[in-house]
Amino acid sequence: MAIYEKTASRFRGKFDNLPEGHLLVNLGPSHPATHGILQNVVQLDGERIVDTEAVIGYVHRCFEKLGEKYDYNQFLVCTDRMNYVSTPLNNIGWILTVENLMQIQVPDRVTYVRMIISELSRIMDHIICQGILGVDLGAFSGMLHMFHHRENIYTIIEKLTGARLTTTFCRVGGMERDIYPEFASEVKMVTKGLKPALDEFRDLLLRNKIFNERTAGIGGISAEDALAYGYSGPNLRAAGIDHDVRKDTPYMLYDKVDFDIPIGEDGSVLHRALVRAEEMYQSIRIIEQLVDNIPSGRYHADLPHIFLPEKQKVYTSMEELIYHFKIIMHGVKVPAGEQYFATEAANGELGFYIVSEGEKSPWRVHVRRPCFWFYQSFPELVKGGLLADSIATMSSLNVIAGELDC
Amino acid sequence: MKEKVESFLQSKLSQFVLRSEPINTNILTFSIKSEGVVPVIKALKEDSELKFDFLNDLTAIDWLGKKNPRFEVCYLLKSPSNKHFRIMLKAAIEDGEGIHSITSLFKGANWPEREIFDLFGIEFINHPYMDRIILPDNFQGHPLRKDFPLEGFGQDYLISDLLHIHQEE
Repeated sequence: MAIYEKTASRFRGKFDNLPEGHLLVNLGPSHPATHGILQNVVQLDGERIVDTEAVIGYVHRCFEKLGEKYDYNQFLVCTDRMNYVSTPLNNIGWILTVENLMQIQVPDRVTYVRMIISELSRIMDHIICQGILGVDLGAFSGMLHMFHHRENIYTIIEKLTGARLTTTFCRVGGMERDIYPEFASEVKMVTKGLKPALDEFRDLLLRNKIFNERTAGIGGISAEDALAYGYSGPNLRAAGIDHDVRKDTPYMLYDKVDFDIPIGEDGSVLHRALVRAEEMYQSIRIIEQLVDNIPSGRYHADLPHIFLPEKQKVYTSMEELIYHFKIIMHGVKVPAGEQYFATEAANGELGFYIVSEGEKSPWRVHVRRPCFWFYQSFPELVKGGLLADSIATMSSLNVIAGELDC
Repeated sequence: MKEKVESFLQSKLSQFVLRSEPINTNILTFSIKSEGVVPVIKALKEDSELKFDFLNDLTAIDWLGKKNPRFEVCYLLKSPSNKHFRIMLKAAIEDGEGIHSITSLFKGANWPEREIFDLFGIEFINHPYMDRIILPDNFQGHPLRKDFPLEGFGQDYLISDLLHIHQEE
């Protein structure tokens, strides 16, 4: 059997039966207009899209299978590679799921830092999405303008975790290391610089006449359809539904901070962009409430059999050496049970489902990826629209290939 | 909310709901018969009080050597109007058995069901387009099955397929 025989023959069949004047165009998987490895086969009538078929799976690494072999801390490196635009959010989602299953209480200091990093990552993700949307519509300057500030956030994350992209932030029971002394002041500097930049970005791009005309009413989805397709996050809120995991089922300290959930009306590209823009202001608001009050104390829970001891003590003390050996060799002991825990990632509800049999590795890991659920509605979103609009629709959905295929 | 769901299932759909051993979980879980998937989810979705009208997650578990029947298909439903309360429904099926698709109730079940078919080999009846979604069409086996080796079956057959195509062209 030849490779992709079925797919190829299906498209060949489609090609052979093409109505007079129609055109079959292949976008991707490696195409400058699809950010990430995504393929769309589009049937065109002139400039209008008649039918689309989304082909996915080019970045599939089967993390769910790997998760059955890795221990709970090792699986963190897999979560790094899911939504690679806002990595710490995935790390935190996974760690919170494991900690909930083990019923670990972490110190407030850890929760504060996790929340600050969560919101910074959300801003990072939204900056990329907004910037790329502008680029796809021909406005390059917006992205370059905001990238400077994204870089500042990256600097903080790099200082904190040692990596820019694959952060592997947090461990079960706390953080890998304590925050550095000037963390709070640097976060404040970033948010201080971000606010005027966001205002400028809004005036330059989101209030731009060309941008508005290109995006208003394009790629819209009704609230009922969005719910039926399992939308979540900014894309659902743009359709007018105020679901946000941070408010609905609060985790960490999201019930203690003040923030609003922006909602749109028609779920179009413009409304998605506006919702994301407002969400960045709300994230800054959350950060400002937290950053001055980071409590002092440990950066991990006092659980020597779960959290790795300090390296210096491993060399000098017997007990720490034993704990170090046990954790490295046998992993974290997790009780038998099941856990579904949802967090609000930048794209929507990121849920981790763990089935544990009480062993070193979970019996089954499942990731509820927001992208996977809303990308299936893409053919419906672009049907009847212009080909150029489908590009804008795609980038405003913020489909991340690494998360989509997992 | 927990009592409400329990009494609703016991009073109206008791022929489909099985009693199951308690597990350590944070989500209210019910075991249902595989033929009852569509009526139970439909009833939960359309009930004016419970309103489980959001399909939150859809996945499967392979219990090879641990449980009989082998597979469990897990439906996670959410009720946004009841403080986003979640319940999990689990339908156990044997290898080679099919299960009814719920795409008629939730459009969003389309891709997740195809993903389960792709990675577990569980077929969904009445699905609009039951085919592999993530892996290539000539891939052999279903990787999330417990008897599928982590390294896979090697790539020789994939490479020979590629060579075959080059020779043809």
